[in-house]
Amino acid sequence: MDFISILSIFVLACFVGYYVVWSVTPALHTPLMAVTNAISSVIIVGALIAAAAAGSASAKWLGLIAVALASVNIFGGFAVTARMLAMYKKKDR
Amino acid sequence: MHEVSATPAWVLIAYLISGVCFILALRGLSSPSTSQRGNRLGMIGMAIAVGTTLAIHEIASIAEIVGAIAIGGAIGLVTAKRIQMTAMPQLVAAFHSLVGMAAVLVGAAAFLNPAAFGIVDAAGAILPVSRVEMGLGVAIGAITFSGSVIAFLKLNGNMSGAPILLPLRHVINLGTLVAILGLIAYFTQDQSPWIFWTVTALAFAIGFLLIIPIGGADMPVVVSMLNSYSGWAAAAMGFTLHNSAMIITGALVGSSGAILSYIMCRAMNRSFISVIAGGFGAVEGPAGGAAAIDRPYKRGSAEDAAFLMQQADKVIIVPGYGMAVAQAQHVLREMADLLKKEGVEVKYAIHPVAGRMPGHMNVLLAEANVPYDEVFELEDINSEFAQADVAFVIGANDVTNPAAKTDKSSPIYGMPVLDVEKARTVLFIKRSMGGAGYAGVDNELFYRDNTMMLLADAKKMVEEIVKALG
Repeated sequence: MDFISILSIFVLACFVGYYVVWSVTPALHTPLMAVTNAISSVIIVGALIAAAAAGSASAKWLGLIAVALASVNIFGGFAVTARMLAMYKKKDR
Repeated sequence: MHEVSATPAWVLIAYLISGVCFILALRGLSSPSTSQRGNRLGMIGMAIAVGTTLAIHEIASIAEIVGAIAIGGAIGLVTAKRIQMTAMPQLVAAFHSLVGMAAVLVGAAAFLNPAAFGIVDAAGAILPVSRVEMGLGVAIGAITFSGSVIAFLKLNGNMSGAPILLPLRHVINLGTLVAILGLIAYFTQDQSPWIFWTVTALAFAIGFLLIIPIGGADMPVVVSMLNSYSGWAAAAMGFTLHNSAMIITGALVGSSGAILSYIMCRAMNRSFISVIAGGFGAVEGPAGGAAAIDRPYKRGSAEDAAFLMQQADKVIIVPGYGMAVAQAQHVLREMADLLKKEGVEVKYAIHPVAGRMPGHMNVLLAEANVPYDEVFELEDINSEFAQADVAFVIGANDVTNPAAKTDKSSPIYGMPVLDVEKARTVLFIKRSMGGAGYAGVDNELFYRDNTMMLLADAKKMVEEIVKALG
C-alpha cells in the first residue's frame, strides 16, 4: 500500500472513531477506556514481526518483550472489560 | 525482500476485517445490552490480527513467541480477575503505560532490524518517510509510558496527588517538545543511532514533566489524554508497518481518548490547555477550610436521615469519589433497597467528573448491583431535583456547589453542577467540616437552611442509616 492509501484509511477511521465514540453511553465510559486499551495493543503485530525475524538478536529480544507487554494488555484489557460489562444489569421486574 | 509491497491480498483483507471488528467492539458500547457482544468481537479482531501476522512471517522460533504471549497473558488475566473495581483508574493507567512501552520497543526493534519490517531502500537505508513515522511513534509511545507511570503513582497513592510545580516548567516543556520535533526532522537526513535514542530519552522525560504538575482532581482528563496518546502511538506504528488494522485501531483509540478528554474538560468548565498546564487546586485549600469553621450549619444523625428518607416520595443519590474511597457502594445499595421496600422512588445522579476516571461511578454502582436504568447523567436528571424530597450526597463535593452558578469569583464558576439544593432537603455526608473539595473552594451548600450535614465516614454513616431503617 502506498502512503496516500494508508493516509486515507487513517483519516476516514478518525471520522468513524469520532461518531462511534460519541454514541457510547456515558455509563460505559470506563469499559470504553479498558477496551480501547486492549485493542490499542494491536501493536503486538509489530512486536511479533520483530520477534519472529532473524537477523538482529537485540531486535528480536525487544520484540519478545513487547509481545509480552502487549499480551498483558490484550488479555487483561479484554478480561477486565468483560468483567465490568457483566455487572451492568437492568432492574428485575 | 521487500515484504510489504509483496503482501498478498488476503492478508490485507484479514487486517481490514480485524479493524472492522474493533469498530464494532466500540459500537457495541452504545448500550449495556449490546456491549458484551461488542467485547467478544474485539477479541475476535485481535485473534485475526495476531493469527494473520504469525501466518505470513517466517518465524525463527515459535516457542519463544508463545512463551512471551503466555507469560504476558497470564499476568493480564490474573490482574484483571483480582483487581478491585475502585482501583480501575490505576489499572487503566498501568495498562496505558504498557502500550506506550510496547510502542517504544517495536520502534526500537524496527530501527535495529529495518529489513524485517520492509522499510529499507535498495541501498539498505531506512526510508525517510518511515523514519518520521518511526520517530513519532517512539516519541508518542515514550510520552505515553512515562506519563502513565506518573498517573498510576498518583492514582495509586504512591505519589502525592498534589501538583508538583517546577520553576520555568513551561519553558522546559516547550523546549523539549521543539527539540524532539527538530531531531525527528533531522533524522530524515541522517539516520545515526544517537538521534533515535536522544528522541526516545527526551520523550520519556517530557512525559514525566508533563504529568507531575497536574493535580489528582484532573486525573480523569489525564487518563483520557494518555488513552488518546496510546492510540496515536499505535497508529504511527501502523504507518510504519503499512498495517490497516493498526491504523484503524489507532485512529479509533486516539479519537476515543480525545473525545473523553473533551467531555471531562467541558464538565469542569476548564480548557484543555489549562488542565495540561497544571497546578489547579495547589494553593487555596486552607483558606476555604478556615472560612468553614465560622459559619453555622445544621448537623444531623443517622436516625434523622433515616426518618427523612422514609417519609420521602423521591430520593436522589449523588455519589462521588468519597464513596469509592470508603467502599460504600454496596451498603449504599442496601440502603436504597430498604427505601424502595417502603415505596420510596430512588434514583442516582452522576456528574461526568465524579470519581477519578470517566464512568467510574457507574462501574462501582454496577458492581454493587444497582440496575443501570436507575442511574442517570447530569443533563437527564438535573431538572428532577426540584421534585425530589431528599438529595443524598455521598462523597461528592464540588460537583454540587451552587457557587458554580452564582459566584463569578469562584474558581469553579461556570462548571455545570447538579442542582441538589433544589431538593426539599439535602443530606450531605462529609468526614468533617474542615477541608474543602479538591478545587479548594468552600461549598455554599453546607450552610443552607435545607441542608443537613452528616459528619462521619461515608460507609459507617450509611451502615448506621441502614440499621435505623431496618
